[in-house]
Formats: sequence, structure tokens, C-alpha cells
Amino acid sequence: MKQAIIAKKDMPRWFDSLKKHGKIFGPKKKETQFVFSPVEEFEEMSLVYIPTILPPKKYYFPQKEPLLKFRVEPFGTEKAIKEFDEVILFAVHTCDIAGIQCLDAVFSDTPADPNFLNRKEKITVIGFECMFYCDKYASCAAVGNHVPRGGYDVMLTDIGGDDFAMHINSKKGEDLVRDKSYIREMGEQDKQRLKKAQDGKLKKFANEFKGDIREVEEAFDKEFFSAVWKDVGRRCVGCTNCTAVCPTCYCFDITDDLTLNMNDGVRSRVWSYCQMDDFAKVATGEDFRPGRDARQRHRYFRKFRYPVVKYNKYFCTGCGRCTRTCMAGISLIETVNSLLDERRGQ
Amino acid sequence: MNEQTYQELLKTSPYKPVRGHIIKAQQVTEFEKLFRIELAGQDLEHTPGQFVQVSLFGVGEAPISVCSSPTEKGFFELTVRRVGTLTSALHRLAAGSYVGIRGPFGHGFPLDEMKGNNILIVAGGLGIVPLRSLIHYILDQRKDFGDVQILLGCKTPKDMLFGEEIEDWQKRTDIKFNCTVDRADPDWKGNVGLITSLIPGASIEPKKTYAVVVGPPIMYKFVIVELLKKEIPTHQIIVSLERKMKCGLGKCGHCQIRGVYVCQSGPVFTFEQLKAMEGECHEGECHHVKS
Repeated sequence: MKQAIIAKKDMPRWFDSLKKHGKIFGPKKKETQFVFSPVEEFEEMSLVYIPTILPPKKYYFPQKEPLLKFRVEPFGTEKAIKEFDEVILFAVHTCDIAGIQCLDAVFSDTPADPNFLNRKEKITVIGFECMFYCDKYASCAAVGNHVPRGGYDVMLTDIGGDDFAMHINSKKGEDLVRDKSYIREMGEQDKQRLKKAQDGKLKKFANEFKGDIREVEEAFDKEFFSAVWKDVGRRCVGCTNCTAVCPTCYCFDITDDLTLNMNDGVRSRVWSYCQMDDFAKVATGEDFRPGRDARQRHRYFRKFRYPVVKYNKYFCTGCGRCTRTCMAGISLIETVNSLLDERRGQ
Repeated sequence: MNEQTYQELLKTSPYKPVRGHIIKAQQVTEFEKLFRIELAGQDLEHTPGQFVQVSLFGVGEAPISVCSSPTEKGFFELTVRRVGTLTSALHRLAAGSYVGIRGPFGHGFPLDEMKGNNILIVAGGLGIVPLRSLIHYILDQRKDFGDVQILLGCKTPKDMLFGEEIEDWQKRTDIKFNCTVDRADPDWKGNVGLITSLIPGASIEPKKTYAVVVGPPIMYKFVIVELLKKEIPTHQIIVSLERKMKCGLGKCGHCQIRGVYVCQSGPVFTFEQLKAMEGECHEGECHHVKS
């Protein structure tokens, strides 16, 4: 079965059947925002949500992740994680799925990262297609992430009325829908309804940038020394929020924690942010990326230029988190547009 | 790294250090200490110019250049300046202690290209440490290289590393050696002045010469200008860059210069490659130079 239909009223039932496949995490309301957290009952989730504070990246690449256990005397190391847990991510937006695909490209690249790959093996992704814009900060259409583009096991699309369409995209996905009396294969009429819903949705989305993505790429290729970066740098307060919430930021530090016996401990990697003023500073005090302008430029180039050359992928997913969280009101869409203006003015 | 199957890969960790046994620890200057390290029955199999990640459990890890040559078997050597948390802790260790070692990482000096050519080595301050690996290699494989000149500069005679070896280099007839100090002391009989002052007088056949320059960031600008005046081609000017390598695996991001991960693509680069990193190289390294 590649395409199926499930009635909205049967979702709680299906949700309960997923519990035996792994621990389920989904979007829940937290005050005025949303977070991915453990879900026991279907009703706890908010299926209609704007991007969560942290992206589901945290299940693939946790904020603090043990890499190895060590012993000082006598010198010894041991595996930190014996067994990775089975996890189901429920109702993941297509932008965040794109983010996971970006991280996959990085951590699968030689030398590959066993922690990431082990987690990926055990995670099942159930996507949830957005039928309208989250808010004015999203730029998913510019990078083509407003529509599903793989990277999930099952994708749910609200086709109106009482039904969700399901796109089953992997063996893991098939396991979740097999032998369910309330999930039926899609018929011709259902396919028409899906097409109608998706066509209607596409009318609501349009490129958020002033130029197409090729022009953006060209601007990043040529505008490394643009005055736009000085302007962004002047406004940036260096809080690092933008890099903390980004679904494709993957910089980290490595730290050791000793237990109270001062002999056993754990070495972990923890998220680190290129916006911190000591990010590129070495022990002698030399700072190899001084200035908030240079650091902001670096962040943008790590989304729109460097990974395009290396992985043929934009590492901006268009989720809008960096703009929503910026304390100084720096907008990604405005920055990219300013760069395009600068380029066109030449 | 050996080819691994996917299933094998899932069970391994590139973050796991192997045990290194310190068999010699010698204070060489007030701030620098030399460690000779043995890996259980194995050679490090590095290329001169590569680095290792040195671990002290509970303290952390730091990238350190290897200063011995792969032609020296059974051990490798590190010369460590006491500057940060890890290096200070390392300085407290004596022979018999253990450290964790990951690596070697990165690209070293392009030995295959350099073979058959003349070599000009320009070392400033601590730059002699990674260059010592190359110098030992060249001296061990002397017939593979053309004329070899070594220019060494440091702040004062007291700061000069590898003093006994340097005396030996001075006596050798198969290499030219010249050194200078920024500030002399009463016993000093040699040159006084910046290292750049040694380059104009050096006899160089530019097309046949590979110049290898390692020193503090600020030194590069001035030395490279002199080398370009000698008309050495930009792809034959080789440098090694210092950066904050945390993982060594091209992932953690700290060592990045524009799109380049120094821990993987470097730390050794040609001046030609540096020019493509304009804007993110340190002021001394590449900004500026009109060639």
C-alpha cells in the first residue's frame, strides 16, 4: 500500500497502535509556543502548530549526548550508550523533515557519525503536511520545503472532510499501517480529493524572497563583502538564539564530566553556536572570527552557500525560527532580500 | 581509515581515544615540554604536518601537532606549550603516565610533490614544532630532496626549541641553516632581527623551490611577501594554520574558514588555497597580499 486513507475519528486508535513500535514524541502546546515532547494520548497533541521552539533535530542530535564513558585510573573507555531507543516522531512539518535530511547528509559524510546513524535507524517519522502558512516569518516556499519531499516514513495530508491522506514511504511506514481495518487503500476519488487539496494549498504559498533561489545562490556567491553583513552585525546582540533553534545547525563542543569519585566520567558533545564570541578563539587568545558581522555572515553562509557547494542542498529549511526568536528583530527574509537588492543595484 | 561495513560502523566511535604511554617527558623551555609517546605496539603512521587530539579524561582534549617524523618508529613526539587548561594539565605529567590519542587528522605537507625539489623551511616561534617533523623526515630521506635551507626565527635565544638538534643542523654540510632572534642576550653571537630579514639573502631557484612556512598568524603576511618577491609560485608556498579543532572529523565547526574545515582539508594549505579563503583568514595569513 503506497497511498491510504484514514478517517480523522480513527486517528486516536491508530495512535494507540503505534505505541508498541516505540516511544512517541509530538507537538504540544507550551504557554504561547509549541514543543516536541513525549505524548501518551493523541489528544495531548496540537496537530496544527507553528514550528516548535526546538526542532525535532534534538532526537537525532541531542543537546547533550554522551559519546563515551571513561576511567582516569587505570586508563579505560567504555560505550556510553548500549542500546538506542525506538522513537516515533508524530506530526513533523516538512521543513523540519528537510532539516533532518540536511543533518543526515552531514553525519553520513565520511567520517560518518555512528551516534547519529544509530538514532536514525531507530526513528520513525510521521510527517504532517502544512496546508497554510505558519506565519509571516516562514520562507519554506523559497526553498521548496512547503511540500513533502521525502525523508519521512508516513506523511499525513488533511484532504478536507473527515479524512487524512497517508503517503507510505518506507518499510517502517508499511509496518505502521499493516492490517488495520480502518486504514484503506486510496481509490481514484480519494486521489482526486488529495490533488484538489494540494492544488488549493499551493495557491496560498509563493516565493518569499524577491528573487528565485538561483539568484539567491548567485548573491551569496558574490556578496561575501557586502555592506549587508555590517548592518546585520550592528544589530545583532550575540545572544545565539538563532543558532540554538535552527534545524540544521550542528556545531558542537566536547566536554568531560567527572562523577564524585573524580575517576569515572562521561565525555559528551553539547550544542555549540558560531554566534558565541569565543567560538573560534584558541587557547592563546587568538580569535579567528572576531566581530558579530563576521559571525552572522558565517551563519548565513552556512545556510545558503557552503552546504550548496558541499552537499548540493540549502541548509535553510524556511522554518522561520531564527527570525521568530531574534531579540534584535533580524529577519532572514529581509536579510536575503537586502542582499538581492545590493546585487541588483550593481 | 579502513573501509567498514555499515553494521560495523554503527558499533564504533570516532571519538574513542587509544591509550598512549608517555615514555619521556622533558621540559625544554620555561613554557614548552616535549613528550615521547608509545601506542601499544603500533606506529602512529602520520604524515609530517598532521595533528592528533590529545585527551586527558576529566580535563578534555586539544589538537597538538606531531613533531617527530614517521621515519622514527615505535613512538611519536609532541612539543606542547602551556597555554590552556588541557596543556597545563599535560605539563604536570611525567614519564609513565597515560594520555588518550585520536588521529592523526588532516592533510600534512605534500611530500610527494615536494620530492625532487629544493626546500626552503621558514619557522617562526612555535612553528618549528610541526616543521621538526618535516625536517627529520627530509634528513632521513635526504637523497629524495634537492637543496634544503632552514630559516628559523624566535623572540630571544632562551625561547629557542630543540637547541641540541639545531647545533647538529648547523654543522651538517648537506643543508643550509640560518637563524635569527628578535632580541639578543649577551651570549648571542648570531643574527638579530625579524625572520623576514633572512629571506632576501637566501639563494633560491623559484620554480624548483617549495617554501614551507609555519609560525604565528602575523608572521605569514610578511614572509609571504618576501617569498613572492623571490617569485616562488603560489602553489609552492605551503603554510600550516592554527585553528580550534575540537572533533577532527569535519563536523563540530570550530575550525571552519569559509567553506573549509581546517581539520580535514588542512591544517596544511598552499598560499594559492589561502587566497580563496579571503575574508575569513586571519589578517596576517592572507588578507592583503597583492601578488
